[in-house]
Amino acid sequence: MSQIRTEKNLQNITTAHPDGIGGSPLRPDGILKVKGEFAYSSDMWHEDMLWGMALRSPHAHAKILSVDITEAVKHPGVQAVMTYDDIPGSKFYGLEIKDQPALATGKIRYHGEAIAIVAADHPETARRALAKIKVEYELLPTITTEEQCLDPETHGYVHEPSEYKGHASGNIVHSQKVISGLGVTDEVRALADVVIKGDYVVGMQDQAFLGPESGMAVPAEDGGIDLYIATQWLHVDREQIAPVLGLPENKVRLTLAGVGGAFGGREDLSMQIHACLLAQRTGKPVKIVYSREESFFGHVHRHPAKLTYETGATRDGKLVYCDARIVLDGGAYASASPAVVGNAASLGMGPYEIPNVNMLAVALYSNNPSCGAMRGFGAVQACFAYEAQMDKLAAALDIDPVELRQLNAVEQGSIMPTGQEIDSPAPVAELLRRVKALPLPPALDTTHLDVRDIPGALSNTSHGEGIVRGVGYAVGIKNVGFSEGFDDYSTARVRLEVIGGEPVAMVHTAMAEVGQGGVTVHGQIARTELGVERVTIHPANTEVGSAGSTSASRQTYMTGGAVKLAAEAVRNELLALGRKRYGWDYNDLSLVGGKVVSASAGALVPIADLLGDSAIDLTREHHHRPTVPFDKETGQGFGHVQYTFCAHRAVVDVDVELGLVKVVELAAAQDVGKALNPLSVVGQIQGGSTQGLGLAVMEEIVVKDGKVRNPSFTDYLIPTILDTPPQPVDVLELADEHAPYGLRGVGEAPTLSSTPAVVAAIRQATGLALNRVPVRPEHLTGTGE
Amino acid sequence: MRVTFTANGREVEADDVWEGESLLFMLRERLGLPGSKNACEQGECGSCTVYLDGAPVCSCLVAAGQVQDREVRTVEGLADPETGLDDVQQAFVDAGAVQCGFCTPGLLVQSHDLLERNPQPSDNDIREALSGNLCRCTGYEKIMDAVRLASARKCSSSEVSQ
Repeated sequence: MSQIRTEKNLQNITTAHPDGIGGSPLRPDGILKVKGEFAYSSDMWHEDMLWGMALRSPHAHAKILSVDITEAVKHPGVQAVMTYDDIPGSKFYGLEIKDQPALATGKIRYHGEAIAIVAADHPETARRALAKIKVEYELLPTITTEEQCLDPETHGYVHEPSEYKGHASGNIVHSQKVISGLGVTDEVRALADVVIKGDYVVGMQDQAFLGPESGMAVPAEDGGIDLYIATQWLHVDREQIAPVLGLPENKVRLTLAGVGGAFGGREDLSMQIHACLLAQRTGKPVKIVYSREESFFGHVHRHPAKLTYETGATRDGKLVYCDARIVLDGGAYASASPAVVGNAASLGMGPYEIPNVNMLAVALYSNNPSCGAMRGFGAVQACFAYEAQMDKLAAALDIDPVELRQLNAVEQGSIMPTGQEIDSPAPVAELLRRVKALPLPPALDTTHLDVRDIPGALSNTSHGEGIVRGVGYAVGIKNVGFSEGFDDYSTARVRLEVIGGEPVAMVHTAMAEVGQGGVTVHGQIARTELGVERVTIHPANTEVGSAGSTSASRQTYMTGGAVKLAAEAVRNELLALGRKRYGWDYNDLSLVGGKVVSASAGALVPIADLLGDSAIDLTREHHHRPTVPFDKETGQGFGHVQYTFCAHRAVVDVDVELGLVKVVELAAAQDVGKALNPLSVVGQIQGGSTQGLGLAVMEEIVVKDGKVRNPSFTDYLIPTILDTPPQPVDVLELADEHAPYGLRGVGEAPTLSSTPAVVAAIRQATGLALNRVPVRPEHLTGTGE
Repeated sequence: MRVTFTANGREVEADDVWEGESLLFMLRERLGLPGSKNACEQGECGSCTVYLDGAPVCSCLVAAGQVQDREVRTVEGLADPETGLDDVQQAFVDAGAVQCGFCTPGLLVQSHDLLERNPQPSDNDIREALSGNLCRCTGYEKIMDAVRLASARKCSSSEVSQ
């Protein structure tokens, strides 16, 4: 397979500009952020605002026999106390299935479910009022294990079949099969010389964005609500909020407040409805800010998973078949579980050509915390399992693990198990080659030991004894954009006018900037397409059409694409104006450096002169190419918009006596199609890789009998700067001709393969099987479960 | 209660402060200084780091009343009104160390303190000094770059002034 670097292959489409696409101009919000002046959702303040707060269930499964708010209402400083009965509109909401009550009604299905809300003059007043609400519960046995969930006759239903929606499938939220080739039969198994079987477990990971769920709802004179909110998708929030408030959508206006990270955890609603309900009730602005503890209960997590894989290969390492079953614990409410299942099923064979496949992915309802979107979205769990299988297969066949992967890697033209052809570059083998070719870090220097270099670091746990190094590799495949027939279009409005004698482009979208740098890219696109220096980014709100979600690695592709379309439309109108006015008959016009330029005749006229006092203001929608749902029984279908690939090499030092791991280096190679902003691309890859590192060695929400045991940053650990190693990144740019500028979504792929690469390195260092993440010290020392 | 102290060189006064309030809450909600951030409010994430009498502290762990008659300097007080951004602030923007930016104020104060004490820190010195500041977006590589850059700029500008 030959691969070439083609950064320049699309330059004929657009005009280069130092601050246009392909450059790394500084973020437009950067100065505000370093000055402490950027207004995050938790920074909202209003003169007569109240503080909202929710009462949450200490139980995971219970009947609510009564709720007595009498004393809470009387508490001085309290302005409103609301329960289920006070909801003016529809009682339920949800991203895909409207199964979640805005406030609990009659039943508690997970630890932390909100029962009542208060508004008070001070957060402490609100806390004290909540403590005065008396709730009588009748505890129910929890339904938390796979066995319990799959046997509702014995253990019951999380949602009774007779409740607000049908449940023909019991506690199953969604399931998806994928069968290709001959499937996996005894005849197929007989074709394999070597068979590897493995059972894998992935723990429940938290997005752990730093900015807590927060926002402010302000009642408006027209009876509507203005909500200032940190979210990933303004319009889908509004779609869910308005019916609960009993308001038409146009009376619920959302403006994006500063977002302190998201990573999928803001796809579902958290405090939005509660703040709006309290604002509606009190007629005053209501601010809600979760504490970190409440945040752990206030958003969905990454699905914990059990994965069973059986992989067959020939003696020379060619994959023959894979049989897999992935069980995802969806928790109490559906959230994004159906789409997560679709991803796990369709991407769960990895970036490999496997002639015969039998896959089943399932998400269950349980009394565990609800799970939904987190960076990687169903592809992360599967990647841990299929990459472990590849390493075991390599060992069984005595083939180099990278070579084995390269031997079976998909490439452009390969057919996925869903029957979908990969119709753009898929440089899986090349990414592995590149990441392997990077120089290795030096060996641990034990003669001049700096404890900060070893596992245990400043805890001063070793002088270098008992420390073993390992190296591991992994590669993954992720989809970009919403799949399975969903038209997640984006809207952009671009306005060109002359301000102070200079042409200025204004870009207005509803895209949630959550830190990824979309606002930077929008400016670059506008500059590239319109040849202007100055670009204004309008605040994101619901005055413009939907931009879809800031998730699925889709925003640069989708809303970036919409900005491109709108800017092109503005340019065409401007040039039409010029043709009309000056009678140009050139076919080689572009906008460069504030001027209309003909490739043959040179600069024709300044944009400012052509435009004069008028403004061109156009809105365009960008739709990706259509996809179709996967067939329910076979999983066949053109289900994904685009595929994206990343490979990792991890180098670890393991203190085998104490079970401590230090990741020494985490190198990545990723194809990004076209790096619109190389600095941000590398930042995305390093940040995504680090979240995968966290899942490998430390991050897990511990749940026992449905109860969350570690809802704090003291007990739920995310990587610190001491836990995180240098991360060399090799960016490959092979254009996807279907995508704007040939780009490929960047954000998620690195989160897939870093976890299995780190664990592969620990396996190499220790010789242990390690079929579970996160790997804990006791797994390495044999002293725990 | 009333608390009187110096915030970013200015005498300030907060009234009706509840005894259980943190310095962080008082800064954010009573004094219009929301730059210090509220990511964990239990001293684990460092996003609320401020100088208290010249030493970096987690302002979420300091009771509001403890700062009576003392000096607090927050991220809003790092930039010089005359000369603009501090080197550390500019370096975070230039190096791509800011994504969502929620950890940034705390990291800036902590990095500023590091470079005051140790103008040419080794990579391990930087990691040790910033190990109490969580960032979820960047994977820390660009933050390392930013502190190295700020160190280089501070050192070169001090050479020039000498």
